[in-house]
Amino acid sequence: MTGLNPQLNANGELQHLLTIEGLPREIVLHILDTAHSFLSVGEREIKKVPLLRGKAIFNLFFEASTRTRTTFEIAAKRLSADVINLNVGTSSQSKGETLLDTVANLSAMHADMFVVRHSQSGAAHLIARHVAPYIHVINAGDGRHAHPTQGLLDMFTIRHYKKEFSSLRVAIVGDVLHSRVARSQIHALTTLGVPEVRVIGPRTLLPTNVSELGVHVHHDMATGLKDVDVVIMLRLQNERMNGALLPSAQEFFKYYGLTPEKLANAKPDAIVMHPGPMNRGIEIDSSVADGRQSVILPQVTFGIAVRMAVMAILAGNA
Amino acid sequence: MTSLACPPDTDPPLDEPGLVEMLKHRARSLNQAHVYPIGALTQGLKGERITEMAELLDAGCVAFSQADVQLSDNQVLMRAMQYASTFGYPVWLRPRDAALARDGVAHDGQVATRLGLAPIPVIAETVALSTILLLVRETGARVHLCRLSTGDGVDMVRQAKSLGINVTCDVSANHVHLSEMDIGYFDSNCHLVPPLRSLRDRDALRRGVQDGTVDAICSDHTPVDEDAKQLPFGESESGATGLELLLALTLKWGNEAKLPLAAVLAKVTSAPAGILGIQAGSIAVGVNADLCVFDPHARWKVEPAKLKSQGKNTPFAGYEMNAKVRFTLVEGHVVYEG
Repeated sequence: MTGLNPQLNANGELQHLLTIEGLPREIVLHILDTAHSFLSVGEREIKKVPLLRGKAIFNLFFEASTRTRTTFEIAAKRLSADVINLNVGTSSQSKGETLLDTVANLSAMHADMFVVRHSQSGAAHLIARHVAPYIHVINAGDGRHAHPTQGLLDMFTIRHYKKEFSSLRVAIVGDVLHSRVARSQIHALTTLGVPEVRVIGPRTLLPTNVSELGVHVHHDMATGLKDVDVVIMLRLQNERMNGALLPSAQEFFKYYGLTPEKLANAKPDAIVMHPGPMNRGIEIDSSVADGRQSVILPQVTFGIAVRMAVMAILAGNA
Repeated sequence: MTSLACPPDTDPPLDEPGLVEMLKHRARSLNQAHVYPIGALTQGLKGERITEMAELLDAGCVAFSQADVQLSDNQVLMRAMQYASTFGYPVWLRPRDAALARDGVAHDGQVATRLGLAPIPVIAETVALSTILLLVRETGARVHLCRLSTGDGVDMVRQAKSLGINVTCDVSANHVHLSEMDIGYFDSNCHLVPPLRSLRDRDALRRGVQDGTVDAICSDHTPVDEDAKQLPFGESESGATGLELLLALTLKWGNEAKLPLAAVLAKVTSAPAGILGIQAGSIAVGVNADLCVFDPHARWKVEPAKLKSQGKNTPFAGYEMNAKVRFTLVEGHVVYEG
């Protein structure tokens, strides 16, 4: 098992999308290019293409989420797939059914694709290892590990505004330790050849060995944001705000919250991104979130096109 | 395997003479191997009140331990060590600071960072180890340290021994061979306690075993139900089956380190017998004919389904082994033929 990339099939094509780590650059670019071609579908009067007609896509959410689930649902529907939403956290798991039993049952209902979110790192890998070979698994977020479609839509957004990855400086700010989004972004940025990726945060919110992921570590916003082209803010979960990791949300905002003053350290044309949902006044000031450099809403729009692309490519590799 | 030291984290824990006698009785009726129970250091392993150690010793216990349950109250730990040392009873402890290891499932290193697994830092071992070593110096207790996993830990024990502090220690056969890298894509068979550490730690453990800092290699036999492993890494139960692989894994290490056979075998025979203070692990006139006859050149492949243990979970599936047991004799009787 070790050594084989579990998300590629024997022809080196994408079988599952579990993480961006280890994905060949060509596949990442192919997804971004395909997403580009889907962008106009959302602007048409009839927002549908028949690519996945007759396919059953199960949104399998073991962890509550409204937004990510909705964007996957819209993406699948625009591809004409049948979408079944399951909030497993509130049904079978609480009755004691195991993760793999749930998946086996749904497979018996002739699922073609699972979109999985789970609070444990590696849950999507576990499912992918146990499904029939014609079923595709998309990781919609597993624990602290990965959220690959978010990472890809962020790359799509950066490419839309910045064109060339090979000349960029990108800073990721906040709770990297607990963030699957940050891990996916870091892998995507390094895969696409971004020469300088920085992470900024207090030491309690950065993994001990984060520099081994190929990033530069900063603890100060002024130096960390100096001359960057892209600022990515991470969401700070409520449960991390008061305790041994951070004393208070206020103190976090004072040192790491993105305000116009701190943003002034970045390049004048730097863009500001956030995976959402935002905590205004905690990781980002409203005047920045709604300001001219913010591309947070376009990220959401691009997210649908990127998820359409991933689903279409996986289905095409059946 | 002719002699087994059995930790007290049974259900219920081995904290009363009656339970120890039952275990000894069951072992005797199976007539497969000598079982040496390790009694609970505190009642119910709760870390509050010490057990009746003298009674437990009379019932057949050879040492006292908290198994994998951490004793975080240092005052209780010190008193337990003082009491045990009054009568010269050995105390077996696994150095792990419960708070520093809290919620963690993997070594705080590059793999946990990459995979987003909650980390267990090296200091979870070394902080606990320094506490234990200071308490040994203070109380004079005879302490055996179980399952070292870090290079820093081995260095501390090496230094303590050179200062004349009376401790012994072991590592598991898993940790002699594996590192965090073996977790690969969330292989729950590599979810172990203590966690598999970095390659540097593994190499330091090997050096420690070789230079005698680490006295023994143990199986850390922890069979886990298959269902409890078919879960996401962090939710899976920790542990691996170990008894059947101990000899082969030890010899594999010996081959790789190019050490003489007798020195290698001592790590799983006379050295652990010496730590336990039992008459076993050596061949001599007048001692029990507890023998293992093995073919050092019989190659075989580890196939979990063919393991005899109740738990088939092993991180070594597919590994090529070089030694195969042909006969096991306990007190002169053949109890196993392979």
